[in-house]
Amino acid sequence: MIKKLLGAALALAVAVGLGPPAEAGQTFDKVKQAGTISCGVQTGVAGFAQPDSQGHYSGFNVDICRAISAALFGNPDKVKFVPLTTQQRFTALQSGEVDLLSNNTTWSLQRDTELGFDFAPVVFYDGQGFMVAKKLNVKSAKELNGATICVQPGTTTELNLADYFRANKMEYKPVVIEKIDETVGAFFSGRCDAFTTDSSALASIRIGRASSPDDYVILPERISKEPLAPVVRHGDNQWKDAVTWIIFALMEAEERGITQKNVDDMLKSDDPNIKRMLGVTPGMGKALGVDEKWAYNAIKMVGNYGEIFDRNLGLGSPLKLERGYNNLWTKGGLIYAPPIR
Amino acid sequence: MAGATAGIVRPKRPPPWNDPRVRGIIFQVLFVAAVLGIGAFLVHNTLVNLHRQNIATGFGFLGREAAFGIGESLIEYAPSDTYARAFLVGLTNTLYVAALGIVLATIVGTVMGLARLSGNWLVRKLAQVYVETFRNIPLALQLFFWWGLLRQGAPAPRQAWHLLPGVLVSNRGIVFPVPQPSPVYGWMGLALLIGVAATWAVRRWATQRQARTGAPFPTGWAGVALIAGLPLAVFAAAGAPLHLDMPELHGFNFSGGTSLSPEFGALLIGLVVYTGTFIAEIVRAGILAVSWGQSEAAMALGLSQGQRMRLIVLPQALRVIIPPMTSQYLNLTKNSSLAVIIGYPDLVSVANTTMNQTGQAIEGITLIMAVYLTISLTISASMNLYNRAVALVER
Repeated sequence: MIKKLLGAALALAVAVGLGPPAEAGQTFDKVKQAGTISCGVQTGVAGFAQPDSQGHYSGFNVDICRAISAALFGNPDKVKFVPLTTQQRFTALQSGEVDLLSNNTTWSLQRDTELGFDFAPVVFYDGQGFMVAKKLNVKSAKELNGATICVQPGTTTELNLADYFRANKMEYKPVVIEKIDETVGAFFSGRCDAFTTDSSALASIRIGRASSPDDYVILPERISKEPLAPVVRHGDNQWKDAVTWIIFALMEAEERGITQKNVDDMLKSDDPNIKRMLGVTPGMGKALGVDEKWAYNAIKMVGNYGEIFDRNLGLGSPLKLERGYNNLWTKGGLIYAPPIR
Repeated sequence: MAGATAGIVRPKRPPPWNDPRVRGIIFQVLFVAAVLGIGAFLVHNTLVNLHRQNIATGFGFLGREAAFGIGESLIEYAPSDTYARAFLVGLTNTLYVAALGIVLATIVGTVMGLARLSGNWLVRKLAQVYVETFRNIPLALQLFFWWGLLRQGAPAPRQAWHLLPGVLVSNRGIVFPVPQPSPVYGWMGLALLIGVAATWAVRRWATQRQARTGAPFPTGWAGVALIAGLPLAVFAAAGAPLHLDMPELHGFNFSGGTSLSPEFGALLIGLVVYTGTFIAEIVRAGILAVSWGQSEAAMALGLSQGQRMRLIVLPQALRVIIPPMTSQYLNLTKNSSLAVIIGYPDLVSVANTTMNQTGQAIEGITLIMAVYLTISLTISASMNLYNRAVALVER
């Protein structure tokens, strides 16, 4: 509550001219000068962004910000992580409290335009699903007529839910609570029949929060497309370019087989593409306005896209998510980086 | 004579910059101009900055489709309705919980306030424990407590407790049957209005008769008979048409009847219990403010204990009680915005979702502020009217 009021006050402060105006290069220059990035993440979703007992954040979204920090400053830890609820995130970005959001925000037309944002490349292709208690014996989302459903406010999830039930001529009762911890708590205490959000987050919550995960099932339907991408303010193209191409570099690195381990050997590669990307042949860094070692540092210090995925979400993590759509285009997925040249 | 007129010494007017009256006016004009100027600057700057950041502005979004669901609503609402309609749902929900809360908190507070003055040791101490406990715990914590209790304490819908036939308690809230609509209810409403009007007439007549003859008349009982009796008589005359819409478990949830959610319950209980403690203290202070001599005089005149309270003590105590009571009513209404933390869809909750879906935080906040200001000023104005009515009439 207090945080939200602060957020609103911040929005007002920005609006009346106390915050940073969004002019070309403003955020980029500010970030480079300050030597740190302020990165908005979730308040706690296992695998994506979660603080440990010391308050250090880890997870997929966290690693994206760390890779950007490594590319810009040669140090992955120059990031200030700001935990934001779904309701606080947009005002926080609009007001300049954070430089980017890396928190599973769905790319949509309205957010891209009316909210004054720009979206970096999609880092996770997701779809909205439903989780229910196994003992309800529900096999499909089509059987949820009349159900009480827990959902987070101010999300595309909330809208998709209404659309889906409208389209299928079913009724539902939403229970809308601001903090995800409270929402999840309400679901597991039986206040709601179903909990809906992105299916990856459902998997994370089922593993991370249920007292016995086997008592809950995720229904097979995916009722929406949820392309999750980092978000920056509209208007600073240089900052958006930097974020965009650092992410593409992580994807390109996986495609070219450059890993955290072998990146030093790859410096000796004869492949002109690899030489350009790793800064052996200079030019790319200059074009972006960053150090020529940008991609090398990001890969060396944080890893390529595939490594980041596996470590936090994939088979090397408790979540054990399949790559699915998030595999490289060469392996049947949707992850595809334009040429770095 | 002419000389006398000429002899009046008119004080020489000081130059305008030394004239306190002129100076006062100039400063006031300057002050108003400065306030208006700053206001205009802020508004202008806001618009310019929003435009530069490509953030949409204006209240046009209110006419667009809301496309999100709201859990409970007193009026018809569907996701295909507009944002304006969604706001209205939030507003009615806020008013509903605030109005019920004010009535119940007044009852709880008055009872507890009187209990604290009771001659019975146990009653007095229990009331004291109640006041000291709930007055000193933050309301937000109390809301979480009640919500957790209602959510975790009650069983799932399929194992709901049957309190009475048709009254079921589960962690989805409490459901109870409601009578199906019938034209007779309209006539009963009319009878109720007639009963109220008749009671008012009887009271007028009784007061005048008592002033004339001194003979008292049991106006209270007559009022109860008229207000409750007339509608019941109509109901009986129409053949008592009572068809209850009984709630039944269908699939996941109950259909039929009407229900109160745990979120609403927790919010209402929290607000009533919390504000009740303050009202109890106000009532106690008001009664203690009437000097004991007044009661002694009443006893000397042979008034019963009830008459003493009703005719001597309360009319004087109310003058002390009403003004701080207004503040408590305002507090209760404003505290109802804590609904967001437990998920009751009040105005703030709906506005938050709207702000996030449209990105128009400034417009949303403006609407919230305007609504709370209006509600608060309305409560304040009507309490002032009431205060004037019960104020001591000096003859």
